[in-house]
Parts: sequence; structure tokens; C-alpha cells
Amino acid sequence: MTAIDLFRIAVRALSANVSRSLLTILGIVIGITSIMLIVSVGQGAEALILGQLEGFGSRTMFIEPGREPSGPSDLVELFTDSLKEKDVKALSMPGNVPGITDVSPEVIGNYTVNWRNESTRASTIGTTKLFAEILEVFPEEGMFFTDEDLRQRALVAVLGAEVRSKLFGESEAVGQIIKIKNVNFKVVGVIPRLGSTGFFNVDDFIMVPYTAAQQYLTGTDFFQAIVIRVESEDVIDRVALDIAALLRANHGISDPDKDDFHITTPADAAERVSIVTGVLTALLTAVAAISLVVGGIGIMNIMLVSVTERTREIGIRKAVGATNRDILSQFLLEAVLLTATGGVVGILLGVILGYAASFALSAALGASWKFVFPFQAMVIGLLVSTGVGIVFGLYPARRAARLDPVEALRYE
Amino acid sequence: MLIDVSNVEKAYNEDGSATYALRGISFGINKGEFVAIMGPSGSGKSTLLHILSFLDRPSRGVYRFEGKAIEELSDDALAHVRNTRMGFVFQSFNLLGRTSVLNNVMLPLVYAHMSVRERNNKARQVIEQVGLSHRLQHFSNQLSGGEKQRVAIARAMVNEPSVIFADEPTGNLDSNSGIQIMKLLQELNRAGHTVVLVTHETYTAQHAQRIIFMRDGKIENDSGVKERRIAHDHEFLK
Repeated sequence: MTAIDLFRIAVRALSANVSRSLLTILGIVIGITSIMLIVSVGQGAEALILGQLEGFGSRTMFIEPGREPSGPSDLVELFTDSLKEKDVKALSMPGNVPGITDVSPEVIGNYTVNWRNESTRASTIGTTKLFAEILEVFPEEGMFFTDEDLRQRALVAVLGAEVRSKLFGESEAVGQIIKIKNVNFKVVGVIPRLGSTGFFNVDDFIMVPYTAAQQYLTGTDFFQAIVIRVESEDVIDRVALDIAALLRANHGISDPDKDDFHITTPADAAERVSIVTGVLTALLTAVAAISLVVGGIGIMNIMLVSVTERTREIGIRKAVGATNRDILSQFLLEAVLLTATGGVVGILLGVILGYAASFALSAALGASWKFVFPFQAMVIGLLVSTGVGIVFGLYPARRAARLDPVEALRYE
Repeated sequence: MLIDVSNVEKAYNEDGSATYALRGISFGINKGEFVAIMGPSGSGKSTLLHILSFLDRPSRGVYRFEGKAIEELSDDALAHVRNTRMGFVFQSFNLLGRTSVLNNVMLPLVYAHMSVRERNNKARQVIEQVGLSHRLQHFSNQLSGGEKQRVAIARAMVNEPSVIFADEPTGNLDSNSGIQIMKLLQELNRAGHTVVLVTHETYTAQHAQRIIFMRDGKIENDSGVKERRIAHDHEFLK
């Protein structure tokens, strides 16, 4: 009996019961579709976030307070006041860390903002003009605050587009006085609408000089982050080491394990994003895999029914010379053909849905979400669906192969 | 000797106590013989046929087919002998439903690893011999009982077996179709095939040359047919 014979027999048997065959593979189709969709969306998300990280520039790195969290107990460490003005001064001092071009400390708070009778809440970021340069956001009305404003602790503010429209509607904003946490700030600029960028939405922000934010809003002397820009991405790893050494000296730390700060380079951030999306994708895929197991049990059930229904056929085949192996191969191939068909249909559906999802997500997030063809998932999907057929088809096929020919021929 | 049976017993174990279907049977069949095995129901004639045709194994005793003892052969070897040396005709036809006459007849050749072209030629040839060339692509369930049994005979002879086993081949047929089937079997026998027939009808058995009569799992009588019936076409024209 040749492979072509086997194939022909299996196709004929399955097409004799088309609707049953289709219902049987539904579980496999759903499982493979889910996996394709999850992996496609997961990879799309990763690509999007990594793209945004690139938007920060390959020359940008972040210093944040507290040591890098490696467990729940470390999270408390994140809320320390370890980064202060003297660190900014030391980092800015020419020659201290060669390669640094810009240093921008960040102070973040969430306050009520008023203009006349209008009121809203907005994230207020105390920063420098580097913030605007890195994100490449430039005022369409007015201008960004200057270094002189920083020195003067000037009460000036640049508004995100959403904040502007909430407070002022259609009327002129630049030149007006708003109250942030009941402190008067003069609006000097408005940033055009950018839309969400995944991490945050600059449209909802108010940017003020960090010096003013510390004195009039937070009343603290520490920073939530220091953003550093270096002269080229080639020096970024060396600069990170130098910064760590400088800050340790500044903070009187000798043991690197006791660091009260951590530095994130673009590579670190990308790696973290990959880990997070990877773990999420794996978890969701595991859930989808359950439906493959359920689908496999369905296949086994139907194959057992099929073996019983076709007992006489098995008897006839054995009588005219089919070996146990011939019968085993026949029923195993039927099961594999079912699941592999389910796998192919699932892959097609998954690709179509993944493509549709990329459009829906692009529209919903206002970001350019790109469809990623999950090639790996496709190969794995094909292998797994075939494997499910073999695993769950084996028991019914063995039952068929072991039937006693005399009993089988007598079966009514 | 083609078939050599000595002291064959077959016991079925039910609820711990053995029930004997065959209680020590010995006989031989030579190549070219036409033998009918007769007996009332429960006499063990079907069990004997299953053992003779390698579908079942004896519990005790020796059965040699073409000199090979059944106990020395694996299940796969038995399947191979059934496939190449034996042909089967059953009372209930046992054709594959929703499958064409051609495909039904080709079935043994599929398991004989024969090329598709060769299969086709051989199957068409034997289908012509049983007079069903006009039914080649019909499904087996679209045929009459007599036609079905002729397809079964075509299937039994397609692999050019040395022996054809027929288990009550006329049992589900009207008398005219039955005579036609017996005529075919006699023609096959004349062409050199050994035929072993199981039946409970004396009339059918009389088409053989020799009748083995069984009762209670033993051979009661084994003798030649004195006035052998030859199935003629005019018989079923009357």
C-alpha cells in the first residue's frame, strides 16, 4: 500500500462526512487562529514600542532613583530622593563625564489647573528644553521656555494640545495666566497635537522649568529622573559606566550592589520591552494551547466513533490482506489530515484577523501599528496541529488496527 | 496437499469455562478440489472456515497451508498469505459501500503493492469475466444482490489465489442468482482454483465434488458427491 493509496483512502473517508469533519477540526482551528493572532499582535506591539524607544533617540539615556528593581522589595527603593541638584551639576560639569552633551532633570506631578472658570487635571513636568528636543515637539504657538527661564525659576508653562483645548477652547492661550496648584504661571507656548505615543500622551502634559516646579509645586529638592544625551551612540556604554562611578562617588557608595540609582540605556529599555512582550505572548499562547488540547480530545472522540462505525470496513480490509500496520496508518493519517487541515485554516484565519487587528489598533491608538507576519508561529502551528493529530489519533488508530478480523466481519 | 488439518481444536473462553467450537478435526484438501463443508448451525463449520482462511488461529492442533504451519506465521504473514493466496466470498457480500465496483475489486491489489495501472487492468479483466463491465463505476450499494456477489467473486479472484473460500455465498440471494454464483464458482474450479464452500443447503453443497459434514465440532462424514449438480444457465431460465 503506497502513501498515495493511504492519502486517497483518508480523503475519501473524510469527505464522506464533510460537516462532521469540519465541526471536528473547529477546536484546532480556534486554537491555531488564537496563537497566530496573539503572536502577531504581540510582535506588532513589540515593534511599535521599540519604534517609540528609537524615537527617544539612540543617544538618550535615563538615570532614575533607586536600584534597578529585581524583586518586589526593591520597588520601595524606587521612591527615594537620591537624585539631587548636586548630581545634575556634577554631570553637567565639562570634563567630569566626557561625551555628555545635555543633562535634563525631570520633576513630575499631577495637579489641578485653572484658567478663569475652566479647570482640569494635568501631568506637570518640570524639565528643560531638552525634553522638547528629544521628543521633537516644538510649539506651534509661542515658544518653549529658555535656559534663562530655568535660572530665574520663571513661572512660565508650555501646554500640550489637549490641556490647551480643555482650558481655552478656541480662545488665545499664549500670554494668558493659568493657575497650577494655585500658583500663577504664564503660558508661553502650545505644542501641536501629537496623539498618544504608547507610553504617555504629551497632549495631556504641561511643561514648566524644573527649577520652578521644585520651588513652587513639589517643594522638594530631588528629581524623578535625569535625562542624559551623549554626543554619539558609540560612547553610550562607556558614559553609563562613568556616570555610575561619578554618582557613587557623589553619594558615598562603594558597593555597586547598594546603588541608590539605576541607568537605563536604549538597549536596556529595548531588552526590557522584549522580555515583557515575550512573557505576555507566552502566557496567552499557553491559554490558546489549552484549546488545542480540547480540540485534540474532540478529534480522538470522533475518530473512536469512526472506528466503531467502520468496524466492518476494517474487517473487509483485513480479510483481503491489510496488515495491522496498514489499518493503523490509514486511521492515523485521517486524524493527522483533520488536524493539519485545521492548522492550515487556523493559520489563514489568524493572518487575516491579525491583519484586521493591526488596522483596528492603528485607528484606536492613533499610532502606526504595523502588521507582523508571525512566521515562527506559522511553522509551530503547523507542527503542533500535526502533532495533535498524531497524539490523539494514535489511540483510535491502534484500536482499529487491533480489531479481530472475524469479529469485525461479523459486526452489524 | 494444499490444506492439511490435523487434530485442530478451537475453544472460546467465556466466564472461565471453555466452549469448544471444534473438537479435534483432521482432513486434507488437494489442489484443484471443490469441497463443501456442511452442517447445522453451531456445528463449527464457520469456525473451521475462519481457521482455514487464516482469519483465526486454532487453539490446538496443526494446520498447514501450502506446507506452512499457521503457528509459525506472524499476523502480518497471515495477512500476506490472505492477500496473495486466498480469495473470500461472504454471505453478506462485504463490499465497501459508497465505493465503485472497480475500487472494490482492486482492494486486494492495493495491499499487494501493485502499480495503479496494473491494478486497473487486472480488475477490469476479472470484472469482465463475471459479466459486470457495464457496472464498473457504479457504487456497490447501487447493485442487486446477485451483482454484489459477482463483484465479491471478482474481488476474490483478482489476485489469482490458489484457493477461494466462500461462506454461504448463496445465503442472501434468490435461487436464480444463487445458481449463477455456483456456476461462476464451478467455472473457477474448472480453471484450476481450489474452492472451499461453507453452506447448510444440501442443494448448494451438491455443486461440489466432495462434502464434509460436521456436527458438534467434529466431522461426521466426509465423502464424494455421487450425483454432482452442474449449474447451467438453462436451470434458472425455467
